[in-house]
Amino acid sequence: MKDTDIKKLLYAHLLCIFSIILSVLIPPLFLENFSILETHLTWLCICSGVVTAVNLVLYLVVKPNTSSKRSSLSHKVTRVLKCCIYFLMSCFIFHVIFVLYGAPLIELVLETFLFAVILSTFTTVPCLCLLGPRLKAWLRVFSRNGVTSIWENSLQITTISSLVGAWLGAFPIPLDWERPWQVWPISCTLGATFGYVAGLLISPLWIYWNRKQLSYKNN
Amino acid sequence: MQKISVLLFLTWVCFLFYAGIALFTSGFLLTRLELTNHSTCQEPPGPGSPPWGSQEEPRACWMASRFSRVVLVLIDALRFDFAQPQRSHVPGEPLVSLPFLGKLGTLQRILETQPHHARLYRSQVDPPTTTMQRLKALTTGSLPTFIDAGSNFASHAIMEDNLIKQLTSAGKRVVFMGDDTWKDLFPGAFSQAFFFPSFNVRDLHTVDNGILEHLYPTMDGGEWDVLIAHFLGVDHCGHKHGPHHPEMAKKLSQMDQVIQGLVDRVENDTLLVVAGDHGMTMNGDHGGDSELEEPEVIPQVSLVPTLALLLGLPIPFGNIGEVMAELFSGGENSQPHSSALAQATALHLNAQQVSRFLHTYSAAAQDLKDKELHQLQNLFSKASADYQWLLQSPQQAEATQQTVIAELQQFLRGARTMCIESWARFSLVRMVGGAAILAAACFLCLLASQWATSPGFPFCPLLLIPVAGGLGGAVVYVGLVATIGLRLDLVLLGAVAAMCSLLTFLWKARAAWGSRKPLATLLPLPGSVRLFLLIRLAAFFSDSFVVADARATPFLLDSFILLLVAQLHWEGQLLSPKLLTVPRLGSSSSTGLPRYSGAYALRLGVGLLLCTRLAGLFHRCPEETPACHSSPWLSPLASMVDGRAKNLWYGACVVALLALLAAVRLWLHRYGNLKSPEPPMLFVRWGLPLMALGTAAYWALASGADEIPPRLRALVAGASVVLPRAVAGLAVSGLMLLLWKPVTVLVKAGTGAPRTRTVLTPFSGPPTTQADLDYVVPQIYRHMQEEFRGRLERTKSQGPLTVAAYQLGSVYSAAMVTALTLLAFPLLLLHAERISLVFLLLFLQSFLLLHLLAAGIPITTLGPFTVPWQAVSAWALMATQTFYSTGHQPVFPAIHWHAAFVGFPDGHGSSTWLPALLVGANTFASHLLFAVGCPLLLLWPFLCESQGLQKRQQPPGNEAEARIRPEEQEQPLMEMRLRDAPHHFNAALLQLGLKYLFVLGVQILACALAASILRRHLMVWKVFAPKFIFEALGFIVSSVGLLQGITLVMRVDGAVSSWFKQLVLAQQR
Repeated sequence: MKDTDIKKLLYAHLLCIFSIILSVLIPPLFLENFSILETHLTWLCICSGVVTAVNLVLYLVVKPNTSSKRSSLSHKVTRVLKCCIYFLMSCFIFHVIFVLYGAPLIELVLETFLFAVILSTFTTVPCLCLLGPRLKAWLRVFSRNGVTSIWENSLQITTISSLVGAWLGAFPIPLDWERPWQVWPISCTLGATFGYVAGLLISPLWIYWNRKQLSYKNN
Repeated sequence: MQKISVLLFLTWVCFLFYAGIALFTSGFLLTRLELTNHSTCQEPPGPGSPPWGSQEEPRACWMASRFSRVVLVLIDALRFDFAQPQRSHVPGEPLVSLPFLGKLGTLQRILETQPHHARLYRSQVDPPTTTMQRLKALTTGSLPTFIDAGSNFASHAIMEDNLIKQLTSAGKRVVFMGDDTWKDLFPGAFSQAFFFPSFNVRDLHTVDNGILEHLYPTMDGGEWDVLIAHFLGVDHCGHKHGPHHPEMAKKLSQMDQVIQGLVDRVENDTLLVVAGDHGMTMNGDHGGDSELEEPEVIPQVSLVPTLALLLGLPIPFGNIGEVMAELFSGGENSQPHSSALAQATALHLNAQQVSRFLHTYSAAAQDLKDKELHQLQNLFSKASADYQWLLQSPQQAEATQQTVIAELQQFLRGARTMCIESWARFSLVRMVGGAAILAAACFLCLLASQWATSPGFPFCPLLLIPVAGGLGGAVVYVGLVATIGLRLDLVLLGAVAAMCSLLTFLWKARAAWGSRKPLATLLPLPGSVRLFLLIRLAAFFSDSFVVADARATPFLLDSFILLLVAQLHWEGQLLSPKLLTVPRLGSSSSTGLPRYSGAYALRLGVGLLLCTRLAGLFHRCPEETPACHSSPWLSPLASMVDGRAKNLWYGACVVALLALLAAVRLWLHRYGNLKSPEPPMLFVRWGLPLMALGTAAYWALASGADEIPPRLRALVAGASVVLPRAVAGLAVSGLMLLLWKPVTVLVKAGTGAPRTRTVLTPFSGPPTTQADLDYVVPQIYRHMQEEFRGRLERTKSQGPLTVAAYQLGSVYSAAMVTALTLLAFPLLLLHAERISLVFLLLFLQSFLLLHLLAAGIPITTLGPFTVPWQAVSAWALMATQTFYSTGHQPVFPAIHWHAAFVGFPDGHGSSTWLPALLVGANTFASHLLFAVGCPLLLLWPFLCESQGLQKRQQPPGNEAEARIRPEEQEQPLMEMRLRDAPHHFNAALLQLGLKYLFVLGVQILACALAASILRRHLMVWKVFAPKFIFEALGFIVSSVGLLQGITLVMRVDGAVSSWFKQLVLAQQR
């Protein structure tokens, strides 16, 4: 039971990583002058879209949470709308946090906002897929002893590693290396992406190694 | 007794740090060796006699003089673009109109009409760019070293060979007028001198008008050979108004008239030199080494050999400048061949002199690198040989001449580069020793802070034995020095004493404690603190991060705050336990109280982030980042041109002041201490508004000083002297009152109404646990308490005589907050007006942080009390962040010198300690405030106890009511819990002090290590050394402030004890 679950998790995560790699490799075939650093904003949009799509597909295919009792159309529509609102809200909240952290307020608004979008994609979208638009469930997952399945456990790990990656991404900005990727917010978006990928890789392995100690209340 | 030993222990730890800092500094900041050799006429710098010897021309020395007289006009802070001819880049485009552009039209006219008689150069200045250093460089041609930067306002006579000395020994009459710095540098060197005071940077006209009064009469009188005029108005205008002020245009136009007047008067044999000594940043402060001012052209020191040779004087012995060869090419009709020969001759003399200097210097000191020296020597021999060959066969092709010139220039430049690179001689032994003492002291802090709260911490022996060890070491050292006959070095003495006492302490600690427990359990820094400290320390090793520290610190602080909030959430302290234990709960039952408190911590965090960001708006850029723009709000209001904006800002500043005042009063009112009839509270009620009024009035006068009618001028001048002093005096008297009577409680003795169930709040619930049986002191105290309580019960039963004392629960923090406010007002006055907003933010920020930290600390009823590491490091981080957001940077040009004139608009005369004190108080205001306020970290969780209680018992909207009738509820003990366990209280204060010293000490250790490891780094004098000096001074200020804060708490504690005694006596009667 557990091992098959972990395997499923691993394949799902590998698919996510693959989609990110594709978002780097595929666009040059269609777009001229595409490169991650120079047309960074385009890449951000593409990457965000691809990761969201893959997450949605995975959610629909794997269905880790099948507890939804009411499944009327209106319920589904409100649920989707709620998800959209939550996503937008998280983008704005991230944006505000970046500005509070010292990002420029007026200049580079689009860049900052797209950074917020990509970080939301890495953190909020999986949360929305897995937990639905319920803030309490989120708060529960992100507290000690709050996880109830390996999916939630991996969600915890990927989200935290994305945030830490974005945070670490800010460190090279003051250095005087004069590299193109040191420009705000490229290093941070790259950091978030690397963090997300690392989280995707680490979480199945970590769960596999700790499978003996892990015990979920629902299982 | 225990209190005193706590204080002495902390003092001793501070002494260890000071000794380490002093030892390190003595090894790190050494001056360049100053040679006292002099060049003389009779002794040419090298073999190969010059083509025109002294026999042919009697007045010539190394070279024939081309000018017999010189007028040197120094315009302080004359930036290149002030003098630059103004041409628009695109022909059709109109000229850019800025107050400082194109005002020196005379220079431009001369350059256009007489191109062969005028030259314009852009000179590059070496750091440090203070006026004295520049004058030293401009006369000796050498590189004044870093350590001299501190002696700018107490300058000493130049001992090295210099132009003025050469001029006087050649019998020239040197007349000087202007900046009186020259008086100290060249005492008695001038045949006639008119000195004017230079220190008052607010005074634009005294020096300049004084010069103008004497300049033309002296010139026309003819009693001079060299005339030096040093104008200060432009520099002072920059300091006061900044370059973009209309006043600057007026000043520059005045300078233009001066130059025009001089040009009309000079004769053919006279050289007129107009130079600036350093540049000016966009803020109007000194600069010189940033990109904005002097893109590379010629080094400033080149003026020295050039002037010397043009005047037919020997080049000063220690000069490392290179002659401006172009000026030796002869007149407009000289032949190219002979002009090139003349250039080569001048360069060769210059090279010989530099080579002789290098030779002498390397014989006297070892700091120049042998390999490079050897290479330079080879270069010089080759160039010299080529030059001799050129002399012997004069009809060489022009190309050969050019090669010789190029070779000579290459040598001179190489020599100069080598000198710049290696002119700091470090004593590695002292540096390593200093760093070792610092590291050991940090380790000691860590060890002792862990040990202090454990039962049975031996206060007295732990203090006495190391001190005895230190004294013993010192005596042995003195004896040793005396027997050998060396000079006693105080720094070394301190270091030896510190080392000995450290060793004895560690030995003692090992004997008493270390054997029982493994070391690892003694070093329990939590993971998050370790991570943040590591990041912060690692940042000191990168020049980019040191430069960007002003942005990195708020970033770290924000991250730390968010991490604290996240940790609180993670530990489940913010959410209702129901939500956590029962997953997937329905949404209906979630509107409970814990959700409210969870949002409360989050709100605190977001508020902190917002405050940090807002404070970051008052950011001053370091010079190294040209793309960064300093906040325009850092300049004083007086420099604003727009009257309306000025008034608005003034209003905002006054509002900030009033808000600060109101916040403090509201806080005191909230805890009830404001009602107390004690003198400090009376002072808070009446004295503080008076101080605010004085501050506001002073700001009004200072910002509108230029607009007042002339007849009121004397009055305003008097007021701007009196007001700041009055505010400072009020603050001091308030602090004295606080020290005299620190207990601010309201005692109500009277009829025992049935409502007042709680008689004497601290005694409402005596703990009866067995744990405190080990302690004698609390037992006695408790016994007394029980007895007292019994007696009270008796009196109550007998009659209605009761005593109710309020606000005992916040008696410590009320004194702390009052003291901090009293300190903040004079410090505020030393800053520019708009910084008052930052001070408001500072108080708000620390208030929020204290609340946030208190949310994570459970209240311990009976000791041991501890302050978590998170709290201490967040506090220290915030102190650093406030240092930056009050417009400071750890570099010397960014020091707010104008603080020295607050209350002393006419300068200080000859005293230097008072201005130093004022400027220091301005610079380290945040260090001081946060260090003094450090004990609040211990007190605040106890304060929040009452808040939590009230919140839980009253709906949030009803707080006013709750405040009105607090006596109906059972009163929380709050800070009286600390009093109930005096031993633990003292231990906690000691631990707090040690933890704070550790966090600061680790930073200074990292700075010292960075400075020593990167001592050959390009940026060491620009970035690492200033950072180290600022950190060291900040550490000293912080440690002194910390001791003061802890002393204040102890004083309050003592006063509360005696107050209790009095109460008991009164009851007995």
